[in-house]
Amino acid sequence: MIAELGLAILWMAAALAALQLIAGALSLRPEGAQIGGLVRPVAVMQGVLVLISFVTLITLFVMTDLSVKLVVEDSHSAKPLIFKIAGTWGNHEGSMLMWVTIMALAGAVVALIERQLDERTLNATLAGQAFISLGFYAFLLFASNPFARLPMPPEEGQGLNPLLQDMGLAFHPPTLYVGYVGLSIAFSFAIGALVTRNVGPAFARAMRPWVLGAWIFLTLGITAGSYWAYYTLGWGGWWFWDPVENASLMPWLAATALLHSVSVLQSRDALRAWTVMLGVVAFSMSMVGTFLVRSGILTSVHAFAVDPQRGAFILALLAIDIGGALILFTVRASTVTEGARFSFLSREAALVFNNVMLCGILGIVLIGTLYPLLTEAYGVKVSVGAPYFNPVAAIFAIPMFAVMAIGPLLRWRRDRLTGERGRRVTLPIAICAGVVLVVFAGVEAVAHHIGILPALGLAIASGLFPASFLPLVGRNLRRTPLPVWGMVIAHAGIAVSLFGMASESAFSVERLAALTIGESREVGPWHVTLDGMMPVAGPNWTALRATVSTHYDGGAATLLNPQAETFINPPGTRNESALQTRWNGQLYVVLGEQALDGRWQMRFWWKPFVPLIWIGGGMIGFGGILAMVGRMLSDLRRQIAKGKIAYRRMRQGR
Amino acid sequence: MSTSIIKPKHQRLVLVLLALAALIGAGLLASFALSRQASYFYIPSEMAAHPPEAGRAVRLGGMVQKGSIKTQPDGVTIHFVVTDGKAQIPVQFTGITPDLFVEGSGVVAEGRMDGGRFIADNLLAKHDEKYVPREMKNMTVTDAKQVVAQTK
Repeated sequence: MIAELGLAILWMAAALAALQLIAGALSLRPEGAQIGGLVRPVAVMQGVLVLISFVTLITLFVMTDLSVKLVVEDSHSAKPLIFKIAGTWGNHEGSMLMWVTIMALAGAVVALIERQLDERTLNATLAGQAFISLGFYAFLLFASNPFARLPMPPEEGQGLNPLLQDMGLAFHPPTLYVGYVGLSIAFSFAIGALVTRNVGPAFARAMRPWVLGAWIFLTLGITAGSYWAYYTLGWGGWWFWDPVENASLMPWLAATALLHSVSVLQSRDALRAWTVMLGVVAFSMSMVGTFLVRSGILTSVHAFAVDPQRGAFILALLAIDIGGALILFTVRASTVTEGARFSFLSREAALVFNNVMLCGILGIVLIGTLYPLLTEAYGVKVSVGAPYFNPVAAIFAIPMFAVMAIGPLLRWRRDRLTGERGRRVTLPIAICAGVVLVVFAGVEAVAHHIGILPALGLAIASGLFPASFLPLVGRNLRRTPLPVWGMVIAHAGIAVSLFGMASESAFSVERLAALTIGESREVGPWHVTLDGMMPVAGPNWTALRATVSTHYDGGAATLLNPQAETFINPPGTRNESALQTRWNGQLYVVLGEQALDGRWQMRFWWKPFVPLIWIGGGMIGFGGILAMVGRMLSDLRRQIAKGKIAYRRMRQGR
Repeated sequence: MSTSIIKPKHQRLVLVLLALAALIGAGLLASFALSRQASYFYIPSEMAAHPPEAGRAVRLGGMVQKGSIKTQPDGVTIHFVVTDGKAQIPVQFTGITPDLFVEGSGVVAEGRMDGGRFIADNLLAKHDEKYVPREMKNMTVTDAKQVVAQTK
């Protein structure tokens, strides 16, 4: 009964999306002004309905209703509650329903709160949003119904893949989806603005919080996903250039570029066509990512069951949405009038340069991700990994880091670096550049076995970190607006993260050992001893737990417990690594199998400064949050001021 | 350095050209790097017939021959043989093997040829029914039974 209810509500929501599209499109004609009033309430109602439908599916998972096919395939009555709930989106159909839910909710929020944009552009935006949603509704209802029943309910569900039974799963996919779908709003705003030929600061002001929000979620989602893969997979790596990781990185790159260009459009009224184009590209990358993940055409730990029909369906959606948007852009781009101009030495120019570099990296990642598909069409199987991505992306990233250090110090529109002003900008930059050179020379002199890329990474990060704080020099720190703090912290976060990445690949020590109980090994500065082995049991798994005592540089002992877990439903295993974090790095311990002679295989890594990767990621996201809060506060202040003015006028009887 | 503001028409043109140049540059760079860095997938008979140059990163996929897994005295290095029924390639791997890495099942090894031996940096085995390396999908369906029968 609950499943049928959920499906019926989903159909109703789809019908409302159709109404939203038609009403929104009709309201653009002069005689359709009245019907335009429908668009906002319909968008809100659509959001509410699809949310109910999603809650229905969660309920089915929590109850473990074994007559529902999806529950049987991905859940089990003995699973902990949190993983029953998270299991709702740990599969293809459920995650697509979550996608549509977030999309409709975002549309509803736009309909509820956006008051500054002119009504026509808003209606066109919501119509665009409904158009994209309809494609996904069709996909859900015709090709991947999450509420499908089984003719014969089985005794028990098949359970969830052990790798996915982790707190990471509860938060990682929803966070990324909010990011992807937030970009769909930016896309719809771009479409709306193109349709009504209203590309300007007002449009940018409406679009920016969505881009910023989506970008924050993508940043945090990618950071969390990377850390999750690091400790769950037991491979000791934090980024594998896996197609699905690339699928989340590409929208992030596009969103980063978009975030910067939309700021320029909002405050300087420049880069109009460019911003609209990036809005289209950013969501296109989300769609490409969804296509890559959901079609199962790429090898990936994330790939769910392969289904060519679904792949074709998403490919068709991709072609219609992106192709349509690109045609609209081509037709309308020439009518978007030129924005304000700027000189080659200005903050705008620096932002444009970095936009182009980000797009270059995006192109590199996109080509590298799609290349295996292309060659496979010709019968050649290849895989593309770090040896391609790292150096080629660095060619674009390094100039970008340099401009990132200088850009925020330049003036808008036109700057002159002569005389006193020139010294104020060039002197600190020269010092930071000096730091880069000294660190690079130092690393090469002391440890020339370190590769060129990690050495460059260490050097650039050391210079970029102080350079990120230069925009604060000479400012009254108390009066510095929050968005400036946000920028400074996010840019510093890039440097921190880069330092972690470079340090991980430059200084990691790896030790593989087969140990008998009581035996010791040296791992970098650590002395580790296998003290014992013990069987333990969890709610739906059993495990072997090793006790390893570790001493850093002769210090006191700490006990670590890596374990190898065996799951019964579905049968599977998972290696839970054990981590020992110090201020200067992490010790990573994985338990392997027992060799025939009774020794235990263990793998140890000492990874200096590796936590900086995720601390940096967190700083980037936090910078975004500060910018968001700053904007909300200033909006609030404006509202209060307006209210006060209105109140005084009323008192004075005007 | 030019501090003049360029004519309206020109600025847009210059921006478009710069962006195009960067993107075309990225494309060319990518295709050049891919032709050198992509790692190709081999099955044992292909590898025996046309071995890749030593040191080039490639992937080798096949079945683990029955009775071929030998653990070396250090306890963490294993030697085994990957076969497709027509050719055998000896493989060396140092590390913790994936959980479903057993004799008679499929494996994809990432690594390079060194002499007559394939040195694997990483092994990808079937994870469970839903999570199979894509290259192994065709192989396991069509060849698995036949190969396993032959190598028993």
